[in-house]
Formats: sequence, structure tokens, C-alpha cells
Amino acid sequence: MSLLAIPLLPLAAVLFSLVPLGKRVAPAVTLIAAAGALALAVTNSLRVVAEQHVVVVAGWVELDGLSAILLLLNTFVSAMAALFSWGYIAAHQREERRIRSYYAHFNLFTFSMALVPVLFQPAFVWIAIEFTAVFSVLLVAFENTHAALEAAWKYIALMFTGAAIALLGFFILFWAQQKVGAGHYSWSGLVMVAPQMSPVLVIAAFVFILVGFGVKVGFVPMHTWLPDAHSQAPAPVCALLSGVKTTNALYVILRLAQLLPIGRVNLWMQVIGLVSVGVASFLLLQVRDYKRLFAFSTVEHMGIIFIAAGLGARGGSYGAMLQMVSHSLTKSFCFFAAGAALLVLGTREIASVRGLIRTSPTAGAALLFGALAIGGAPPFAVFLSEFSIFRAGLERGDYVVTALLAIFITVAFFGILLHVNRMVFGQPPEKPSTHAALPFTCVLTLILAAIPILVFGVYQPAKLHELVALAAANISQAPSP
Amino acid sequence: MTDPNVIIWLHNLNALTGGLFLLVLFGLVSVRQVGGCVRLFIALSLLLAASAFLLSAIYHTWHLSVVGVVDIATKVIAIPLLLRRVLPDEVYTRREVAQVLNIPTALLTALLLAIVAYLLSKPLMAVGDGIAIGVNLPIGLSGLLIGGLTAAVRREAVPLFLGLLAMENSAFFAGIGVAPEMPLIAEVSIAFDVLILVFVVGVLTRAVHEHIGTTEVGTLTALKEEPER
Repeated sequence: MSLLAIPLLPLAAVLFSLVPLGKRVAPAVTLIAAAGALALAVTNSLRVVAEQHVVVVAGWVELDGLSAILLLLNTFVSAMAALFSWGYIAAHQREERRIRSYYAHFNLFTFSMALVPVLFQPAFVWIAIEFTAVFSVLLVAFENTHAALEAAWKYIALMFTGAAIALLGFFILFWAQQKVGAGHYSWSGLVMVAPQMSPVLVIAAFVFILVGFGVKVGFVPMHTWLPDAHSQAPAPVCALLSGVKTTNALYVILRLAQLLPIGRVNLWMQVIGLVSVGVASFLLLQVRDYKRLFAFSTVEHMGIIFIAAGLGARGGSYGAMLQMVSHSLTKSFCFFAAGAALLVLGTREIASVRGLIRTSPTAGAALLFGALAIGGAPPFAVFLSEFSIFRAGLERGDYVVTALLAIFITVAFFGILLHVNRMVFGQPPEKPSTHAALPFTCVLTLILAAIPILVFGVYQPAKLHELVALAAANISQAPSP
Repeated sequence: MTDPNVIIWLHNLNALTGGLFLLVLFGLVSVRQVGGCVRLFIALSLLLAASAFLLSAIYHTWHLSVVGVVDIATKVIAIPLLLRRVLPDEVYTRREVAQVLNIPTALLTALLLAIVAYLLSKPLMAVGDGIAIGVNLPIGLSGLLIGGLTAAVRREAVPLFLGLLAMENSAFFAGIGVAPEMPLIAEVSIAFDVLILVFVVGVLTRAVHEHIGTTEVGTLTALKEEPER
């Protein structure tokens, strides 16, 4: 039953955030709720490792390997973002009403993201995904600037377009399952009846959901909203949006891909993924705003995960899951580092920043660490997961895809490093500005969030390996033995 | 069992509802007055409810009539009221002069989209066995595309957003045809979700109106990759 408590904790924190109890209560309650949710997610995931599948309400609330991984990522990044928000928002906002409003929305957002993995009824997953968009809009608009409002408007318009298209897909999926007339309308029920479902209907449902949720994932050419929203929101919200929210939509698409017979769909997945990786890696070269830099890198990484899943078989699926984990951890760290840099510098423009490592050693080092880690340099987690994807590609003999992927990843690596290098090293423009020192919670977040990136780059705990392997079995189309 | 003549009659009425639904969608693409767009959206939602009631009689499932009632409560009553509450009156009296496409071109595109939707839904209709699927699926799919077109050609916040809501209405219009047995709680929750969305968009639009001084969201283009010189 503790599974149900995971979304309820942030929901309770919403109520506390609404009561006027001073500036400190809302962030503290938010942090406690997020940490509690993370602890419960860990215990439940350990149960999944032991029992493979945890059922609370059959067909409605369940947890398997794939959703356990997503739940862990959602709750971990939420907890880190809650910790980072404490110092970050206090430094930005003095008005108590605005601070409480931030935390109320923040908790609603993390509530909706905790719902996505634990719900197993596809129509409810649609609602949960829709909630993640609805509750994050006002966070994107939080700074109330011209640019933030524009980004928020674009964001919600495209999110809802995607949701409406996907909704029809979910209706068609239900139709396909009803025609078979057996099993639940749930992820596990659908997998069971997948071979009997009418292929036309399943493909139609998949295409609608791929297009609809593809907007939310940020696949090229439906990515235009992503760099805007992910650069204008406050840094901890960016970490949630880029680190895990896009992954939640991708999770649904991967769930559905497994209902389709192996074959042409894998080719589609590779092509869609390659287009995203390719376009994003070249767009990375021309950004002028360092938060947009990391946003484009999200488009790139979503593509990488999709390619890996499209490679199919165990190797590709394993690589996809590992990449999903390392991307979420690293990308959220990158946005924390970008938030720290923004606190110190007060500007988002790459061109006006030089010698950050002298102005603020912490922010500079964190930004460099994040850039190297997300670019895929060894010995960080992303290196390991990208390497396992290459290996899977070569083993399967998909040389063209693997070669293109390697080229694009290299371009992206140089793109990110080019910009971050200019910012971190060199002479600071004039006398170092006497901007505020970083708040304690922000520094603490940077340290805590860096630990898994470093550790998972060199050592993979046995339980994590088992969980990733379970998740890989959940998304590989071949019937699991 | 119900008289087969009654069933045929119900099917004909549903087809009429579908035709009107499509007609209203064409109106939504072309009407300039913001207030007129809201009235058309109400008509669209009423037609969706009508189809839900008819299908509930055809398929003998009571819960589609609940879907119809919830649809009226949220989309015909609550959403227009909510938009009125949240947005300044001035927004409603606006006429949209400059659309992205001129009206004849937009209507022609909408017509093409309706044909495309029909062709796309043909292989799906071949799988289905109900007459209602043949009405609701292609019209719902056309609505999805035409709603998207409306959102794309509009610059004013409210009509643009109503285009998006029309997409959702259309997905439902197709959905009640193909999946009448969808658990009621899911459908009601979706309606509730849309209500929250309308509230959030209303708040956002008001913020845009206050801070930027316009609700022509289509003209907001500060965020671009090109250098701003």
C-alpha cells in the first residue's frame, strides 16, 4: 500500500503550501514530502527487484521494472529540485505569497509525475501526463517576464495539441482491446492480448500516441516549444522538465512500442530518433543561452533513448533503460549547475560570460562537470550507457545507425564543450561582480546530485543492474522468457 | 429489444449530428468575432453531448448518457463561464482581422483535411462493425485536424485555445463511437482535467494581457534562435 502514499505525500504538501505560515514552512514541507516519496520509491523498487511485479489494485495500480525505474527517477529529481528550490527561490523571490504559490505548483507537478509510473490503466496515464503539463505551465511562467509568458503559452498550446491527438490513440487502443474481449485495459493486460489484437488498430493507436506524446517528448520537428520552456522556467523546474517530464511521455511511447510486432516499427523508431539526435546536435552549436544549450541536449538524448529502444532485443533495450537513468540524473544536475551560474551571474547569455571558474569556483566547476557528464565523457554515467548502446548496435549489425549516432554524439559533445569552455575559462570581463554567494542548499544539491553520476559511471550496484534488466525485458518486444 | 426502425432512426439522427458537428468546425475556422467563436464552441459541445445520448440509446449503455451530461456541465456551462470570469471583457469584443491564412484559404484547407481524415479512417472503419463508427470516427478525426488548423491560423488567444478544445472534443466524438465501454471514471476524470486546463490557460492569458498588453499570442516571437539585432 505504501505505493499509493508516494503521490499522496506531495499532494499533502500542496495543502501546507497554501496555508500562510511564513516563508520557511512551504519549502521545508515540500522537501520532507519529496524525501519521503523518494524513500518509499526506493523500498518499492527493491520489492520489484525481489518479486518482479508489485500489484496494489490489479489493472489500476501496479509497479513493474520499467515503471519502478521511472518512479525512482521522478522522485529522486523531485527531491533534488525541492532542495535546490529552497535557496534558489528564496534568492529570487521575497514575497511570501509568490513563494507559497511556487511551492503549491511545484508539489502539484511532482504529484502528477509520481502518478505516471504507478498508474497502469492507460486512460489514467493519459490524465496523469496531462496533469504534468497543466501543473507545470504556471511554473514556466513563474518569472512573469515577456519571454517566460511567451514560452508558457507556446508550451501549453503544444502540450494540449499533443494530448488531444494522443487521446484518440488511447480510445482506439481500448477499442482494439475490447475487440479481443479479454484481459484488463492495463499495461500488463494489453501485453497479454497483444498478439490477438487487430494490427491495424494497434498501429493506428501507436501512431496517434507517437505523434501526440512525441510533441511532449520533444522529437524533431515537434521540439520547438522545448528550448523555450526549458530555458525560461526557474532552474529547479527546468531540471524536472528536462530531466524527467520528457522521460515520462517517452515511457508511454515505449510501453506501446512493445505491443507492436518487431519489424518496421523498429526502423521508424531508429529514424525518428536519428532525426532528433542529428538536428539537435547541430542546433547545439548555435545557441546563445546556456540554458537553451542543455534544453537542446535533452532533445538529443530523447532521440538516443528512442534509437536504442528501436535497436530492439535485450542489448538495445538495456542500453535504452540505462541511458534513461543516466540522462535524467545528469540533465537535472546540468540545470542545477546552470541555475547556480544564473544566481552568480544574473545573465543567461553565453557571450557575456568569461572566467566563471574565477568568479565562482563552485558554479564554474559544476557547469564544467555537468557539460562533460552530459556530453558523454568518461568516467561518467552517460559514457557508460552510450557505450552500451553502441555495443548493442554493432552486435546487431546496424552499422549505419551506430555510425551516424556516433557522429552526432561527437558533434553534440563538441558543441556543449565549446560553449561551456568559453564560459568557464578565460579572463572575467572586468572586476568580478560581487554577486551573492550561492545559497547553502544549492551547493548541497550540486554535491548530492553529482554522486550518482560519478558512481554509476564506474560501478553499477547489483540491484540497479537487476532493475534495469527487468525494465529492459518490459520494453523489448520479444516475449520475455 | 428495441424496434429496428427506431435504431435506424437513431443512427440517422447521429449522422445528422455528425454532419452538424463538422459544419460547426468549419465555422470555428472562419468566424472572426471572439464571442462568436465561444458560441460555436458551445454548439460543438452540445452536438457532442447529443451524439453521446444517441449512442447511449443505440449501444444500450447508460454511461454514455452520463458522459453527455458531464460534457454539458463542463463544456457548455462551466468552461464558457470560467473563461468569462478569468478574462477581461475587452477580449470578447475583439475581431480578429489578421489571421495567418485568409479565410477562403483556411476553409479550403479545412475541406482538404476533412477528406484526408476520411481516407485515413477508412482502414480503421473496415475493422469496426458498427454504423456509428463509420460516422463518429471520420468526423472526429476531421475535427482533430481542423481544430489543429484553427489553432495554427489564429493569433488571438481565446479562438486559438478554442481550436485546441475543439480538438479534444473531436477526439471524444470519435472516442464515444469506437470505445463506448470506456470506464466512466476515466471519461469523467478527463473532463475534470480539461476544466483545470481551462482555468490555467485563463490565468496565463490574463497574465499575458497584463504584462504584455495584448492577447494576440500568435504575434509573440521574442524567443528565436536568430541574433536579436
